[in-house]
Amino acid sequence: MAATTSDAGTRRDFIYVASASIGAVGAAAMAWPFIDQMNPSSAALALGSIEVDLAAIQPGQQVLVKWRGQPLFVRRRTPAEIASAKAVDVASLPDGNARNANVADSAPATDANRAIKPEWLVVKGVCTHLGCTPQAATPQIPQGEYGGWLCHCHGSMYDTAGRIRKGPAPENLAVPPYAFLSDTRIKVG
Amino acid sequence: MSGPSTYNPKSGFERWLDARLPLPRLMHDTMSTFPTPRNLNIWYTFGGILTFCLAVQIVTGVVLAMHYVANANLAFDSVEAIMREVNYGWLIRYMHSNGASMFFLAVYIHMFRGLYYGSYKNPRELIWIIGVLIYLLMMATAFFGYVLPWGQMSFWGATVITNLFSAIPVVGNSIATWLWGDFAVGDATLNRFFSLHYLLPFIISGVVGLHIWALHVPGNNNPLGIDVKSPQDTVPFHPYYTVKDAFYLVCFIILFAAFVFYSPDFFGSPDNYQPANPLVTPPDIVPEWYLLPFYAMLRSIPNKLLGVIVMGGAIVTLVFIPWLDTSRVRSCRFRPLMKQFFWAFAVACLLLGYCGAQSVDAERFGVPLVWVARIASLYYFAFFWLIMPVIGLIETPKKLPASIAQSVLGDNAATPAE
Repeated sequence: MAATTSDAGTRRDFIYVASASIGAVGAAAMAWPFIDQMNPSSAALALGSIEVDLAAIQPGQQVLVKWRGQPLFVRRRTPAEIASAKAVDVASLPDGNARNANVADSAPATDANRAIKPEWLVVKGVCTHLGCTPQAATPQIPQGEYGGWLCHCHGSMYDTAGRIRKGPAPENLAVPPYAFLSDTRIKVG
Repeated sequence: MSGPSTYNPKSGFERWLDARLPLPRLMHDTMSTFPTPRNLNIWYTFGGILTFCLAVQIVTGVVLAMHYVANANLAFDSVEAIMREVNYGWLIRYMHSNGASMFFLAVYIHMFRGLYYGSYKNPRELIWIIGVLIYLLMMATAFFGYVLPWGQMSFWGATVITNLFSAIPVVGNSIATWLWGDFAVGDATLNRFFSLHYLLPFIISGVVGLHIWALHVPGNNNPLGIDVKSPQDTVPFHPYYTVKDAFYLVCFIILFAAFVFYSPDFFGSPDNYQPANPLVTPPDIVPEWYLLPFYAMLRSIPNKLLGVIVMGGAIVTLVFIPWLDTSRVRSCRFRPLMKQFFWAFAVACLLLGYCGAQSVDAERFGVPLVWVARIASLYYFAFFWLIMPVIGLIETPKKLPASIAQSVLGDNAATPAE
């Protein structure tokens, strides 16, 4: 009798554990749709690309365009701005990575790796700290200490290559994938 | 404090109901005869005031949801329609927006009361921790609500706060995208925030139920911080504290009404009367006043991940207070050293709030405010993690009174009352 009781106990234990396990797996499987519904929908994933006409942009000017719902800076740099960006020692930068979708992931943050053509700097206008839109420096109104951008939210300063130089932002302004269609036209995305 | 029930059903119906659903017994025992220390002062009326605030927010919020449209193209205009076209819409919306500020004003007084009189200490640790949870839920609810009008501050506040999650290593950006439902704050974000903003107040109501339940097991702390020893130390909740709570509630409502009717945009930002524009960040993003101290901590640290950790840590720290305070004496009335550090802590919180409201590179009297914020943040953490444990061990508390009754009534307490 003792043996029979022990067998029955084992069998019952097995059924308990098995049904609880199946239940847990089922609950976890059902949880996933409720978690994943929060991720971007297929409409949001179907991202478009835009073309930007550069002809009207003067040296020292920046235009702001909307790309994938976020601001994009297209800046025509002056020779002085290019020279100041090139003069920086990459080793001294807080973020030594180019953060450029058009070059290798490990490329260093030299000015050449930040802009396809030195005169044109194309970066996302999203501060890498907490997502505000930084203000561009102009010869009349300096923004920050490095001639590029200042984010007013929390004081991050970017240089004329869009690289973080001072403040809480961890990364350089991101360079999106883009290509020159002609000398005066780019396609972003 | 929860002893044998003193409820005595009188009518046949009450006896019938009591045998099936003893709801009148529950109300009688918790709100009528509940023995309450006889020395509770004005600072103990804020629990009742907070219940009132929650009720106001739910009633006005349900009404606003009847007229509001959670769509990025329509939200701003629907709020303007509430303000201009819906009958008494302006009143209900101003009650709701100012009600949030009043709610936080009351909860901060309630929390500082708890800190001063040691209400978090044995055996009331869980009341305190549940309270911290309510405070967290309140902050989440307020944040979601602030996004709904879809003005400039709504949009950029949502951007900054959700980007805090992107500081988490490796998975941070995926979490931010998951929260947004897009690659930036947008229509999907607005819709889910509306859903959660409607949900959370009911969760808060449930947790408030736990808070009160946990309170009714050991009963109220009191300004002396000593235990109730005899029935002489207490009075029944009704009418003594129902009347006291009602009086101060009316005073509070006068203040509330003064804002609603005379300065309804006092706590608001003019930028939020501009529709959200994803391309232009307002020059100074400032959160609502009740989040400013934490915002100042975030801004004072020049490292993204560290800033977010410090800000989160400031709130998580509150959970550990019951065990960080090593003193056996609850009330600061009898803790001469702790009392001074407590007031310094209050000043540090106010300083942080002030710094959070100023622009990031502001200076006062030649001192950069970012350094003021750093020192105040340091004190905030030192107060809980260093000063609280150490003071409890080295401080000599003043002599505690023998009982609440003796402290209140003097020697008359020696002879039984009545």
